[in-house]
Amino acid sequence: MKRPLRVVVAKIGLDGHDRGAKVIAAGFRDAGFEVIYTGIRQTPKKVAAIANQEDADVIAVSILSGAHNKLCGKLMELLKEQQADDIVCLVGGIIPNRDIEYLKSIGYAGVFTPGSELGDIVNFVKEKTKDRNQEYSL
Amino acid sequence: MGLIDDMLNGSQRALSRLITLSENDEEARQEIIKRIFHSIGNAHIVGITGPPGVGKSTTVDAVVTELRGRGKRVGVIAVDPSSPFSQGAVLGDRIRMQGNDENENLFIRSLASRGKLGGLSKVTNDVVKLLDAFGMDVIIIETVGTGQSEYEIAKMAHTTVIVLSPGYGDGIQAIKAGILETGDIFIVNKADMNGAAHAVKDIVGTVEFNFAVNEWTPPVIPVIAKKQEGIEIFVNELENHYNYLKESNLMEKKSKDRIEQEIEEHITSWIETNVLNYISHSGQKQKIIEQIYQKMDDPISLIHSHIKEMINGNFVK
Repeated sequence: MKRPLRVVVAKIGLDGHDRGAKVIAAGFRDAGFEVIYTGIRQTPKKVAAIANQEDADVIAVSILSGAHNKLCGKLMELLKEQQADDIVCLVGGIIPNRDIEYLKSIGYAGVFTPGSELGDIVNFVKEKTKDRNQEYSL
Repeated sequence: MGLIDDMLNGSQRALSRLITLSENDEEARQEIIKRIFHSIGNAHIVGITGPPGVGKSTTVDAVVTELRGRGKRVGVIAVDPSSPFSQGAVLGDRIRMQGNDENENLFIRSLASRGKLGGLSKVTNDVVKLLDAFGMDVIIIETVGTGQSEYEIAKMAHTTVIVLSPGYGDGIQAIKAGILETGDIFIVNKADMNGAAHAVKDIVGTVEFNFAVNEWTPPVIPVIAKKQEGIEIFVNELENHYNYLKESNLMEKKSKDRIEQEIEEHITSWIETNVLNYISHSGQKQKIIEQIYQKMDDPISLIHSHIKEMINGNFVK
């Protein structure tokens, strides 16, 4: 089944800077993805619910507040609870090196910091979603 | 147990997967519709349409709040346009639908129009059926921001709501044919802006002009969706209209209109897919292009003769 990837671009927490999230959303659109943008200041709970209802293949979290470990951790916990941790999760933002390994260890497939190339992120997403399980029974 | 049973037992994740499948997998789509077809027909289907920027999503959010307050289970389908170049889309209706938490009584799904004109997407009808089978009392379809002639929603919904805002054209815009003839309820959003009273008056005038012989005169309601003002009155009118349909014989007519539209859509899409596949794969497309380019034949006669030939022969695999 060939189909456009569905990506939820999410801003979690109390920072309102969404220029980056919008650039990423437009980049994903140009790559042929269907992007659901949540708008700013979302809770992990809200993002998990949106990903569920939108049947997201990918969640791309944008966060600049510094609270990434806590908020991204909470989001991953909720996704596991709703058995949706097969969704490919990314974080983008100002993430210190020491936190990158932590985010990867709790289940984030990729962490992108300032200077990342849009094309690299798109290719990364395509690669990571390639062998997602698409089996189903009606 | 499969996805359909899970969905009928209340799993949102199954509902969500089924929507994706009906959007992308024609075989799955047929099977899904076949199996849920007998458990549908109970929801009030409301279409919300209007030009870009008048506040459709904000209005939907306010209406959901009111309906949830009345204990209703609500499904929302929000359609946004796909890019004609990349086929990608940014679906942003949720940004203005933040007033309510998604839970078992509220399901919101964003759909990309995927090249379909008319403000909807090809599978909107299927998603309506799925939400209906899931047990939603009210299903709200928010169209792509539309112009003057995208009125397909009126055939799909029981109640069509046109959202306008002050400054949207003058009296002449309002008596043109098209979208304004299809509204069952009009709302003028941003009613705290200059010119709101004038806009209401304009639309009331048009409505009286267009609907003089009907039993149902569409109400024109000023609202400020952002502040929830006027929404209670609006939702009362939604219920009034639904009751009016049920009490008159119009419900049957509307349902049959919807079936007619579905039949036409399925036929069109089936023929389009098969004919286009046929002429592309048989290599005839390039020949046709060349013949027209060389002015050997005009496009209309040439295409007609090809289509007739295909229909007479057995062109489907």
